[in-house]
Amino acid sequence: MAEIVDTRGLSCPQPVLMTLTKIKEMSSGEIEVIVDNQVSRENVNRAATNAGWELTEEREESEDFRLVFKR
Amino acid sequence: MKNVFASRWGIIVVGAVIGVLAPLLQKLGNPGNMGICVACFERDVAGGLGLHRAEVVQYLRPEIMGFVLGAFVSALLAGDFKPRSGSGPIARFVLGMCAMIGALVFLGCPWRAILRLAGGDGNALFGLLGLAAGVGIGTLFFRGGYNLGRTHTQSWGVGLFMPILPAGLLLLMCIFPQIPGEPQSGVLFYSVKGPGSQHAALAVSLIVGLAVGALAQRSRFCTMGALRDLILFNHWHLFSGFLALLVVAWITNLILGQFNPGFVGQPVAHTQSFWNFSGMLVAGLAFALAGGCPGRQLFMSGEGDGDAGIFVVGMITGAAFAHNFSLASSPAGIGPHGMAAVIVCFIACLYIGFTNLRKA
Repeated sequence: MAEIVDTRGLSCPQPVLMTLTKIKEMSSGEIEVIVDNQVSRENVNRAATNAGWELTEEREESEDFRLVFKR
Repeated sequence: MKNVFASRWGIIVVGAVIGVLAPLLQKLGNPGNMGICVACFERDVAGGLGLHRAEVVQYLRPEIMGFVLGAFVSALLAGDFKPRSGSGPIARFVLGMCAMIGALVFLGCPWRAILRLAGGDGNALFGLLGLAAGVGIGTLFFRGGYNLGRTHTQSWGVGLFMPILPAGLLLLMCIFPQIPGEPQSGVLFYSVKGPGSQHAALAVSLIVGLAVGALAQRSRFCTMGALRDLILFNHWHLFSGFLALLVVAWITNLILGQFNPGFVGQPVAHTQSFWNFSGMLVAGLAFALAGGCPGRQLFMSGEGDGDAGIFVVGMITGAAFAHNFSLASSPAGIGPHGMAAVIVCFIACLYIGFTNLRKA
């Protein structure tokens, strides 16, 4: 079961901060980050990938994007 | 579709392009080391509208309109246009005011701090150090759980407010164009001397503004974010654009003969280092707490972000106060009430920071 990080409605740097905080809590596993804009989508993807997590799934749901990272 | 401008090279190229265009604007008429200065230009817009009566800084800078409209068109084409607002609007308005007042004590926004350094103005070092210190304090708030709450989706009509505003200002400039030697044309004010009288041709300023607005919107170029991400996450992405702007502007200035190293007699600058540092510290903290440098706030307002729009309006209001209350500096030094303004604005920023610490 993926840990959910819901960043909808939050602006820079909150989505990245929340994602990296969750990453710090988990040494491995699956994280699903929900973002609602392209900027956060790019930033979260870049941050999680830099931290060594792999983007395994990316899907668009109405106005949101769900990014799934694994390590 | 992958956004190439959001890549490492994308942000570097955008920083480099701005680094060429800004010094070129100086060559074409804009004030010294002020090819682009979001704070100064918004201050000039406030003056052009008569919100303050500092006669030397009154001109509706088309670059500002271009920034918003360029970002708007770019966002629309890329599917990034998303009307939203509701995240601490009044706090953002006050932060905008504080940011502008701090920037006008230094005499420039982060963009101009970089351009001043690239032009050889050593005083800019104190401004940039202050900016980094202010952003650094901002990151402490972020680590403590600071945020202004979530935004909410708004109607298209609301999202279009900020793009409509600069379009309206451009229309006003067409209805009441500048008359050489005249300080007023209809409802608009135009400087006949001083920095406000120094500007590139309207079309040139507008085209550059549109181009920079579009490029910066796609690349998410942000001078405050550059420092914030470096301090908070050790992320170099945005900072590489910041560095590209500095280096390329410096090279362009060398080529154009605009590089004059020194501290004294620099264009539109003063040498009171402590206040250069402190003014920018306040501005940096305000930009950090509001989530973007003044340029980025304009670009986001073009994307339909009403909260960024409120920050911009706060900056313009702050500019009016800065000149009406003698808070702004001049080349002679800080204004009579500049010190008090820096202290009050710093306290206001801390108040907003401490009262918005929450767990997400």
